[in-house]
Amino acid sequence: MSSKLLASGNEAIAMAAFDCGVNLGCGYPGTPSSEILDTFSSLGGSAEWEPNEKCALETAIGVALAGGRAIVTMKHVGLNVAADPLFTIAYSGTPGGLVIITADDPGMASSQNEQDNRRYARAAGVPMFEPSDAQECYDFLKAAFELADKYRGPVLFRVTTRVCHSKCVMERSEERTAKRTGSYTVDPASNVMVPAFARRAHKRLRADLAEMAALNENNTYNKWIKGSADLGIITSGIAFQHAREAAPQASILKLGFTYPLPRETIKKFAQSVERCLVVEEGDPVLFEEIGSFGVAVENKPEMYRFGELNVERVRRIIAGDVTPEPAPAPGKPPQLCPGCPHRKTYEVLRDMKCIVSGDIGCYTLGVMPPFNALHSCVCMGASITVGLGLRKMLPEAEARRVVSVIGDSTFLHTGINGIVEMMYNPPATGHVVVILDNGTTAMTGLQEHPGTGRHLDGSSAFALRPEDAVRGLGVKNVDIVDTTAEPEKFAEILAKRLAGNECSVIIARRPCILALAKHKAAQAAKGE
Amino acid sequence: MVTNIIVAGLGGQGVLKVTDILAEALFRSGYDVKKSEVHGMSQRGGSVSSEVRFGDAVASPMVPAGECDYLVVIDSSQVEVVRDKLRAGGFLLTPDDVPKEKLAHPKALNTMLLGALSVKLPVREELWREVLSSSFPEKIRALNLDMFELGRNAAK
Repeated sequence: MSSKLLASGNEAIAMAAFDCGVNLGCGYPGTPSSEILDTFSSLGGSAEWEPNEKCALETAIGVALAGGRAIVTMKHVGLNVAADPLFTIAYSGTPGGLVIITADDPGMASSQNEQDNRRYARAAGVPMFEPSDAQECYDFLKAAFELADKYRGPVLFRVTTRVCHSKCVMERSEERTAKRTGSYTVDPASNVMVPAFARRAHKRLRADLAEMAALNENNTYNKWIKGSADLGIITSGIAFQHAREAAPQASILKLGFTYPLPRETIKKFAQSVERCLVVEEGDPVLFEEIGSFGVAVENKPEMYRFGELNVERVRRIIAGDVTPEPAPAPGKPPQLCPGCPHRKTYEVLRDMKCIVSGDIGCYTLGVMPPFNALHSCVCMGASITVGLGLRKMLPEAEARRVVSVIGDSTFLHTGINGIVEMMYNPPATGHVVVILDNGTTAMTGLQEHPGTGRHLDGSSAFALRPEDAVRGLGVKNVDIVDTTAEPEKFAEILAKRLAGNECSVIIARRPCILALAKHKAAQAAKGE
Repeated sequence: MVTNIIVAGLGGQGVLKVTDILAEALFRSGYDVKKSEVHGMSQRGGSVSSEVRFGDAVASPMVPAGECDYLVVIDSSQVEVVRDKLRAGGFLLTPDDVPKEKLAHPKALNTMLLGALSVKLPVREELWREVLSSSFPEKIRALNLDMFELGRNAAK
């Protein structure tokens, strides 16, 4: 029995996780993945926001080592943070089920790069599923857990913006798998990756991958749609949907279980058509790998590597059209909300001519006019350490103008390590870090974090205050100021700290106006 | 046959709310439906657009350029940003086409425009009301139903 409904890819993943008895969902918010855990929790699943993606993956590994099922959710760049445990858990595996969901953002709707995480499956030797709509998100997540059970190893589940946030009609099964109970088998040869054990584990992993590749020749997750013999398209993920519409007559090999690839099926398909074109969003991952099998296939022109694909771009790829594409009409860029507490902070930084090392969050928008007050931004947590490097390289007069700004959630994510470094190897001029504490993870949709005093489901939690954290790490000069209420006081403190040679932290504290409205609404709902 | 609708506006104007209602009403009318949008940066007061496609079978969730049948623009400043998405002979609906002076709340412009669009779509009147009712909390339910009605009557 099943029921039909309209759902997004993220909602479908959450439903599948719930229906197959996932014991714990862990993650760090990041567009386009953020709604998965909230939905999973609202369905009744246990879910938690963790300080960062590495912590989340490691917690999930523990759950799976104890025999449970776990999902980990993150955006594409989050997997860089979690890559360290990923590469080793690929060797050792877990007796339970571990599925890692990576939500890529081709076209960078809300990201700092458009890295293609299909590369991680190859680099780490972890099998990968790639759904192309909500129905496949639901079906493939269940398949991923079955594969994890069969090989006792982690599975990567790669979705993209248009899979996560697009809705389609899907069927949800009424079957529910019971949650597993935990138990631990002491087995160092499997679970302790010292070189002697890891050498064996690596060989076992490669043997498993070879077996999975053979299994992949005959499964229901890849679809061979018979069409004209003139044109064959090999595709995966959302690109499949565009290709089907752009070339309804073409033969299509649509791959759903995309690593390790079904070599023989691909060969047979390529031989069955006159022209065989790979239509994939992002890097030429399928093209390169299929070429390495000795199968001649055609790649999309390089210009289509950038940005998302869509129906008209796939039409152009098929036509071999490399003429410049019409530029989209410029829309209104996003900006800091009216009343946003970051506004005054940036006005002061701008007026004091600071060189601002920035970080990831709403406050990255400080780069825009009228502030123009954010001058570098690399990745989560980088503001503090990049700022330290700037101070170490610049002549003193300029070094003294360097300030690192970081949000409260980003500070707890990976910024805290930068404070450790600041205290260990301080620049000659000291340093000034401004923590923009608005009490939420605003950019991704107001999620809780270890400093908010609330868990993912809104229940009360221990709150780690940034002032306690930095004092504990040895910072002596810690000031707390509401820059909106007292901009002059902030300017005064900042001038004093910039003139000194010590390492200082200023906490610019005032709640996000959107979070205030959300909590007011939640309170009102409780009262009703 | 696939029919394409795009709703555009600025962050905070309820663009996604409108397409959620549209998609649900069309799904419950028996169509294959897909809906697509981009979250994130766009929430911060920037341009937002969301797309709904319906018919017997829909493949891509995104409306190809120049193939939009119904373009609804909630903020007049966004008309030129999205106009090229409309097909020749397509239907453009802007705040100038509805009785905005009768708006009970500025934020309900989205439902008023939805009302005006609704007369063009193959969805029963009672079903619109049902989906609208389940889409808004009680406090603002009646207001939105009224604004929908005003938009619908203006377009009839």
